[in-house]
Amino acid sequence: MSSQRLLGLNGDEAAAYAIKQVNPDVVAAYPITPQTIIVERFSEYVADGLVDTEFVAVESEHSAMSCCIGAAAAGARAFTATAANGLALMWEMLYIAASLRLPIVMAVANRALSAPINIHNDHSDSMGARDSGWIQIYCENSQEVYDACIEAWRIGEHLDVQLPVMVCLDGFTLSHTMENVLTLSDEAVRDFIGERPYIKVQGHLGEAEFRLDPEKPLTMGPLDLYDFYFEHKMHQVEAMRRALKAIPEIDEEYREVSGRSYRLLHPYMMEDAEVALIGLGSTMGTVRHVVDRLRKRGVKAGMVKMRVFRPFPTEELQELLKDVEVVGVLDKAMSFGAPGGPLYEELRAVFYDADERPLIVDYVYGLGGRDTPPNLIEEAYEGLLEVKRRGEAVEKVRFLGVRW
Amino acid sequence: MSTAITLKEMVKKPDLLASGHRLCAGCAEPIIARLVLKASRGAIIATTATGCLEVATTIFPYSAWRIPWIHTAFENAAATASGIEAAWRAMRRKGRGPLARYETLDIVAFAGDGGTYDIGLQALSGALERGHDFTYVLLDNEAYMNTGIQRSGGTPYCAWTTTSPAGTVIPGKREWKKPIDEIVIAHEIPYTATVSPAYPLDLMQKARAAFETEGPAFIHAISPCCRGWRFPPNKTIEVARLAVETCFFPLYECRVEDGRPIYKLSPPSLAIAKRPERKKPVEDYLKIQGRFRHLFRPERRGDLIERIQRWVDRRWEMLLEKAGL
Repeated sequence: MSSQRLLGLNGDEAAAYAIKQVNPDVVAAYPITPQTIIVERFSEYVADGLVDTEFVAVESEHSAMSCCIGAAAAGARAFTATAANGLALMWEMLYIAASLRLPIVMAVANRALSAPINIHNDHSDSMGARDSGWIQIYCENSQEVYDACIEAWRIGEHLDVQLPVMVCLDGFTLSHTMENVLTLSDEAVRDFIGERPYIKVQGHLGEAEFRLDPEKPLTMGPLDLYDFYFEHKMHQVEAMRRALKAIPEIDEEYREVSGRSYRLLHPYMMEDAEVALIGLGSTMGTVRHVVDRLRKRGVKAGMVKMRVFRPFPTEELQELLKDVEVVGVLDKAMSFGAPGGPLYEELRAVFYDADERPLIVDYVYGLGGRDTPPNLIEEAYEGLLEVKRRGEAVEKVRFLGVRW
Repeated sequence: MSTAITLKEMVKKPDLLASGHRLCAGCAEPIIARLVLKASRGAIIATTATGCLEVATTIFPYSAWRIPWIHTAFENAAATASGIEAAWRAMRRKGRGPLARYETLDIVAFAGDGGTYDIGLQALSGALERGHDFTYVLLDNEAYMNTGIQRSGGTPYCAWTTTSPAGTVIPGKREWKKPIDEIVIAHEIPYTATVSPAYPLDLMQKARAAFETEGPAFIHAISPCCRGWRFPPNKTIEVARLAVETCFFPLYECRVEDGRPIYKLSPPSLAIAKRPERKKPVEDYLKIQGRFRHLFRPERRGDLIERIQRWVDRRWEMLLEKAGL
């Protein structure tokens, strides 16, 4: 393990600092609250000559992602950061980045989508992008943001994966809150991420690395109709499957360097848990605190933090939750008109065929940054215990902390 | 000044856009694209906005591009090119990867009028303002031809399209063609030029000048579309020439030096400036295109033809003034 330095960084600064150490070729970004600190800090690193990166201050998020795509296609390591409406403006290009198999890394400081305009945290932005083909990592604290912004390159660039990676951090709760962050040396980061590898493809003049190279020309982004498009989509299906395997492997390597390891899921007190909450992001810190409180009172409560939402760790979840009696899902996003929030729906789908399965209820919470204090989480656990007593969930989708 | 290039030299260069693509017979776009690519200095990377040129040259698993080429989306050719250019700069600086080898790299973005005047204007403006070293080629066929002839900001006044149909009340498009070159030149980029495939040497010389320009260069090519403009496919060059001879689409260059735009008419238009009697009436240009047929049949709309002539005259005079003629 290499020596590390303790820095006081908020989530945005942790992302910027990690990216400084990664020293990518191109950063193209546009300001939007609560992501702005990332591009501000990074601009300072550029201005002070601390990175060799070409910083492109684009005129929109659509161009930010387009620029990253052009750069990554040309063989560069490319990074951007955004939030909410900015992510929405990139929508078209998110799919194109993933489908062109370009391992771009993007930090998303999660923020509620308009309207009404709101700058605070929920997951409506990145949840809306869940079908775009990006790997999604959700962070609980600044340390995780820092670590994910380093690991993301290895994950996305893994030759079995070749997909872009979204590192999600809760707006303000993480982006603007200073925490202690253990940081690796620049050298350790450089050694860990190494050089970007390229897959080999058939170019016009024979085998070529998948990048725009005048000596080995190839065509990227052609018109692809009903005779081949579906097969190309299958490659993406397969790449996500492989990412499930690659992420823990890379994480293990990262543990050797940093002493920190994250894997796909973070269970807490799950060995004998009868009721459990599962969710994403910073709220899970509060949930852990509540679990401790409940355990002191003799309640067999547990929790699972999902670090990786895409690819969805189906088997791991089945194994982890099969013996739990009641699982509550914390959804910080709502799919209007759907049976429930996105995580709830997927979790239920995972257990549909299982012989052993928990009762599952949904708690949609925190929309637009609505505060989620420990008491509210405790209320959710009370609800799970009530379901356990009754042996059935009458009300399957609940909205937590709303005047309704 | 740019390196002089000759036809003799150019015909020896291989076509970088291969034949066998599926663009329509009579389409001007591959003619223009081939000529532009011939003028490249060596290493070249192209990006193309969604449109006819893109879909008809790259139907997977085939590709007509003999150079590294990428298409990402419709409105972002300039932003995609920005990324390629930024990658090249970073890799030069770091000495990393194949692009680090090239001291000069011709990065070219092709886009249609829809992808430039309309949906792509923001990305274009951003890339010009940031000063990326690339060449943007506007293939102006004056409507959304890939989706089937819908009006764009580049469609001229009175032209019939499927969304500006010539009806019994409204005679085609009601708005004038957006002055895209002035908009581009207002960004104070170092090089802007208009070209017509009827003048291939002029086109290639300007493309070479664009490639040699450090910073953004903009080439505006008139690209007659026999399907959308309604003329026979063997008349493409004739129409492209008449656009210039009537001064509907004059040929010129504009270099910004010390913050001042220096306009220079190109030989075909300069000849008209020197001998104004050579300027053909715009009617000659309009009447050979079916998209203006309603100006002549069932009855001649002299009022509208005259209005178009006045627009052409005014813009031509303004250009002469700018060129100090």
